[in-house]
Amino acid sequence: MFENLQERLSKIFRSLTGQGRLTEKNINEAVRQVKLSLLEADVNFKVVKEFIDSVKAKALGEEVLKSFTPDQQFVKIVRDELINIMGKSAATLNLRHHPSVIMLVGLQGSGKTTTAAKLANYLRKSGRTVLLVAADTYRPAAIDQLEKLGKSIQIPVLTGDRKNPLIIVQQALEYSKNSQYNTLIFDTAGRLHIDEEMMEELQQIKQLSNPDEILMVVDAMIGQDAVNSALEFDKRLNVTGFIVTKMDGDARGGVILSITHITGKPVKFIGVGEKIDAFEQFHPDRVAARILGM
Amino acid sequence: LKGSKISDEILEELEERLLMADVGYPTTEYIIEQLKQSKTNDALETLKEIMIDLLSFDSKLNSPDQPPFVITVVGVNGTGKTTTVAKLAAYFQSTGKTVVLGAADTFRAAAIEQLREWGERTGSTVIYHSEGADSAAVAFDAVSHAKAREKDVVIIDTAGRLHTKKNLMEELKKVHRVIGKVVPGAPHEVLLVIDATTGQNGLVQAKVFKEMVDVTGIVITKLDGTAKGGISLAIKKELNLPIKFIGIGEGAEDLKPFDAKEFVEALID
Ligand SMILES: Nc1nc2c(ncn2[C@@H]2O[C@H](COP(=O)(O)OP(=O)(O)OP(=O)(O)O)[C@@H](O)[C@H]2O)c(=O)[nH]1
Ligand SMILES: Nc1nc2c(ncn2[C@@H]2O[C@H](COP(=O)(O)OP(=O)(O)OP(=O)(O)O)[C@@H](O)[C@H]2O)c(=O)[nH]1
Ligand SMILES: [K+]
Ligand SMILES: [Mg+2]
Ligand SMILES: [Mg+2]
Repeated sequence: MFENLQERLSKIFRSLTGQGRLTEKNINEAVRQVKLSLLEADVNFKVVKEFIDSVKAKALGEEVLKSFTPDQQFVKIVRDELINIMGKSAATLNLRHHPSVIMLVGLQGSGKTTTAAKLANYLRKSGRTVLLVAADTYRPAAIDQLEKLGKSIQIPVLTGDRKNPLIIVQQALEYSKNSQYNTLIFDTAGRLHIDEEMMEELQQIKQLSNPDEILMVVDAMIGQDAVNSALEFDKRLNVTGFIVTKMDGDARGGVILSITHITGKPVKFIGVGEKIDAFEQFHPDRVAARILGM
Repeated sequence: LKGSKISDEILEELEERLLMADVGYPTTEYIIEQLKQSKTNDALETLKEIMIDLLSFDSKLNSPDQPPFVITVVGVNGTGKTTTVAKLAAYFQSTGKTVVLGAADTFRAAAIEQLREWGERTGSTVIYHSEGADSAAVAFDAVSHAKAREKDVVIIDTAGRLHTKKNLMEELKKVHRVIGKVVPGAPHEVLLVIDATTGQNGLVQAKVFKEMVDVTGIVITKLDGTAKGGISLAIKKELNLPIKFIGIGEGAEDLKPFDAKEFVEALID
């Protein structure tokens, strides 16, 4: 639909070659192109505005370096700022307790159950002993789904009473206390951030289990509304980070900029497929290029 | 905002609302341009009219003269396909029809169990094979069963797939081909399920699914959240695909026929 951002920017800046500084006029035009590109990538409208303002402030009066053309230099400013926002804190898991508890939360269908299995498999590779906990008692066959996934990677799944998430969590905590398992991963039911009762349930699970990590699982295809759900989950649970799934498609992933900007919490992993090993560490530089459509 | 004439400020405010509802830049500009040309005294009301106009289409289902009426439900991962199949089943059951469900998602863990549970809850027959089986074979059996037993409606649940995965899209085409062999002209409806939270990628999804399997309509799910589903305006404008239903919850009864006026009101406010 759109011309590549770099092409558009190079046209804008062509007239500038040989001049010393980025000027207000061409910066304004360039900023507009970046704005369109970010909106096309589903970055939240308000986040785009703030981002653009800060880029503008940085670009204005910047010396054009000898080794760059003005458009290259402008793109560099934009990219650096994107990476600065998306990669603010180190995205490693912070697992301290025995057992360490990791709670996966998020909207319906974002990929929590699949991600629980992926994460279990990933952590086992680094020598951890993992128990999956099936704390979604609402969605039809959610427990069966986790059991099947666990079986496929030979990681045990605790299903407890299959009825009450709080009891299941309690059973998992007791079971693991003096066991070989040093890591518990809770798969929770998908829920809307405006569902008072269901959000309270998550707060109760948190209180009961004192998790080391509370990770919100977010679909890469989500649009403007991402900030509403991310803010509410973070407000209720003080999440420790995000996992963004379905990055194997062609969604540009602007949601990553939106949620990291608005919560200050990092993306820790990305999901890149339906298979268990389609799971990677997050690289802000790669996603910056993708958001800009480059 | 109510009763305001067009001004730069009003236009900016309305543009922002459209963009924040995932309508997307090109379609937003198109709508705002129409608004500018209208010279109205009530910008908000006129904007709504323009949008309702854009969303006007026939959302009746293409049911055949002879049963079985065959519907397939398709889309990317996790949008709400299986739940929509269940909701449609409940809807047809409530009008006195007999319903067969085909568990053609043989890939995702426990997708079959999920549909079987819905079959039980809605009182529908579920035709299924085992995990890993050929999905076209399941669809074939489901449609053949309905034909032989003179059932009214067959709804085929398919696996979630990203439109960018060529082999999975080919597999879906095969499912459709096989259905057409059992019942000529089927599937009569191919419903693409789009999650209301979806951003600009929704347009690409609709475009590719339409090209590959002749989508006949859209179902927008999860409209009970705070997302507005604005990408469906772009889908209608660019691809002329009608929205047939909306999903407003996780229960079998949480399906409603699309109503443009209600949809636009919710999107703009
Ligand atoms: N392509 C792709 N599909 C994924 C990825 N992660 C999950 N999925 C698929 O997304 C769909 C939903 O995944 P689930 O794990 O069931 O999602 P969930 O969040 O547990 O869903 P609920 O429990 O219903 O809220 C399934 O079809 C998964 O196979 C990913 O990284 N890429
Ligand atoms: N709030 C809400 N949740 C919904 C709606 N429709 C479906 N869901 C939920 O979304 C999640 C995914 O639904 P599914 O029907 O399993 O989605 P799917 O498209 O079949 O998923 P895959 O087969 O894995 O691609 C489940 O938790 C559903 O309960 C809706 O209209 N509103
Ligand atoms: K989704
Ligand atoms: Mg789940
Ligand atoms: Mg399904």
